[in-house]
Amino acid sequence: MKRERQLGIIYSAPMGLWLTIFFLIPISIIVIYSFLKKGLYGGVEWQFTLKAYQEMFNPAFLKVLWRTLWVSVVATAITLLLALPCGYAMARSRHQIFWLALIIVPFWTNSLIRIYAWIAILSSEGFINELLLSLGIIKESLSLIYNQQAVITVLVYINIPFAILPLFTTIDKFDFQLLEAARDLGATKRKAIFKVLLPSIRSGIITALIFTFIPIFGAYTTPLLVGGKDSYMIGNIIVDQVTKTRNWPLASAFSLIITLLSTLGVIWMLVSGMQDKAKGVVK
Amino acid sequence: MLGGDGKRLKGFDVKVENVSRAFGDFKALDDVSIEIKRGEFFSLLGPSGCGKTTLLRIIAGFDNPDSGSVLLDGKNILHLPPEKRPVNTVFQSYALFPHLSTYENIAFPLRLKKIGEKELDAKVQEYLHLVQLEGHETKKPSMLSGGQRQRVAIARALINEPNVLLLDEPLSALDAKLRQNLLVELDHLHDQIGVTFIYVTHDQSEALSVSDRIAVMNHGKVLQIGEPFEIYENPATDFVARFIGETNLFPAVVRKCVPLHDYFLTTLYIEELESEILVTDYDNLPVGQHVSFTVRPEKMKITTDKPTHVSKDINLFRGIIEEPIYSGFQSKYYVLLDNGTIMKVIQQHANYMDEGPEIEWKEQVYVSWSAEDGYIVEVVDS
Repeated sequence: MKRERQLGIIYSAPMGLWLTIFFLIPISIIVIYSFLKKGLYGGVEWQFTLKAYQEMFNPAFLKVLWRTLWVSVVATAITLLLALPCGYAMARSRHQIFWLALIIVPFWTNSLIRIYAWIAILSSEGFINELLLSLGIIKESLSLIYNQQAVITVLVYINIPFAILPLFTTIDKFDFQLLEAARDLGATKRKAIFKVLLPSIRSGIITALIFTFIPIFGAYTTPLLVGGKDSYMIGNIIVDQVTKTRNWPLASAFSLIITLLSTLGVIWMLVSGMQDKAKGVVK
Repeated sequence: MLGGDGKRLKGFDVKVENVSRAFGDFKALDDVSIEIKRGEFFSLLGPSGCGKTTLLRIIAGFDNPDSGSVLLDGKNILHLPPEKRPVNTVFQSYALFPHLSTYENIAFPLRLKKIGEKELDAKVQEYLHLVQLEGHETKKPSMLSGGQRQRVAIARALINEPNVLLLDEPLSALDAKLRQNLLVELDHLHDQIGVTFIYVTHDQSEALSVSDRIAVMNHGKVLQIGEPFEIYENPATDFVARFIGETNLFPAVVRKCVPLHDYFLTTLYIEELESEILVTDYDNLPVGQHVSFTVRPEKMKITTDKPTHVSKDINLFRGIIEEPIYSGFQSKYYVLLDNGTIMKVIQQHANYMDEGPEIEWKEQVYVSWSAEDGYIVEVVDS
């Protein structure tokens, strides 16, 4: 028994070490820095202050925070609305492996490169504009890029696999006879989906929600590359505070907000998962 | 009678007319016509893949036939979506909604109708009572036993007051003992509420014990429709004879056909038995006609001593016990006849040791049956 416990410690040591070095220590640094005074040329001075948190209430930052929230909600909503029918179609398809491959293959390409591909598609001399011009549908190039719509479009594109995959897995395990039962008992197609399918795949929807909302909320490259002046998000502010303004405590405070938000989301996911289990929902 | 207030739900008659349904090359239903009477307990019986479930799905509205029509109370229902048909289904896997409690599962059809909370509650209570599930209202389906789940499924299917209740192998997921109890309950329920039941099963004993009438199906065709005793005692085809109960079945040729009272005493030659046998039949069959002959194992007698006073219409064969199978209330013997054919014989043990000592392995026995107990099941064209 005692020997087993010792072995357990040995087995879990690499993971523990890894999490300590690459997760616990950095998070602690961020927490500590956010309560310190900013150094003149970056870095921090070891003096406790709440200044960083006070600075967050600067109207300019609040505006960005508000925009980040708005962009995240819209992009997440669009992602889920597109991912749900996708996941459903995949679960009901006979060629599941094929569709899964189509979703996974783009992961083999660096996301930065895929964002650049979107620049090639959306820019004023890009694919869409060239096509529409050559077809004579438009006379002048449309401004499809460097605005908030472009940011949302690309965010949806980048994150949709993280929504489709959990949705697909839960819908795949869903007993489709339940839909027939609902129809049999008097529900229309629509009602059967809203009253039976959606409640039954709740855990998948929550997972998809969190898997998309968190990365979108912390997005940095997408708004930087395809966004304009009006599409700055928290992620960009953090980078600016670290590299340009050199206000590390403020950058830490913003990072902490994102981390806390993500943690709350994950806790919500775990709790609702446990509730489902208690209810006996087969996952 | 329902809930003690004496009202009966109205059962509709169901007419299936020339329904065909193919999945690719596979003919699930091949020109099937069935007439089910108002309030009848009607079973569709057949092996898996015989088309019985496809027919049920067509009546429920989950599938559409390639041709033919389905009439409920004289009206064609094929153009109606499932939710508009006065038909409800008890699914094989029950299909209870896992996220809803027993109460909410049963209330589901009423919630869709948006009726008042008070009326809804009264009705749900009534059906909870009908299926004896009081006290389980708040439990989720996963907390219920198989039998309880089945009751929820039945209550949920009945609360809409359908005119026809479809049951798709509702007992197949339960163990044998529970199955027997629930079968009796289903039968009572049917008598109580007066709704037409269409019961799909592959289990012949289930079908025989509760049905008013049975349609035996195979390869998408209806082979025979009749009351349980007709199907058992007078099977229309080889398949029906083999599928319903156990039987000994042989191809045979008519040798002689003599009228006797209101039937014909027919002499058949059975090549496998290298012998002629006697059987009574209602048809005057021409000499040389190829037929199938069958005799049920429980209709045969097995004795260790050669029976004395053998009357003229008794068929008698000698053999040795190849394999005795004792199962308490009866014994089944595989008897290897002198001519090398195996016959199945079942002996009931109504009175212990009444038929003498237990017959043993490799013992010589005599197998006999009367001409009235065999049947000619199918006239084979040749």
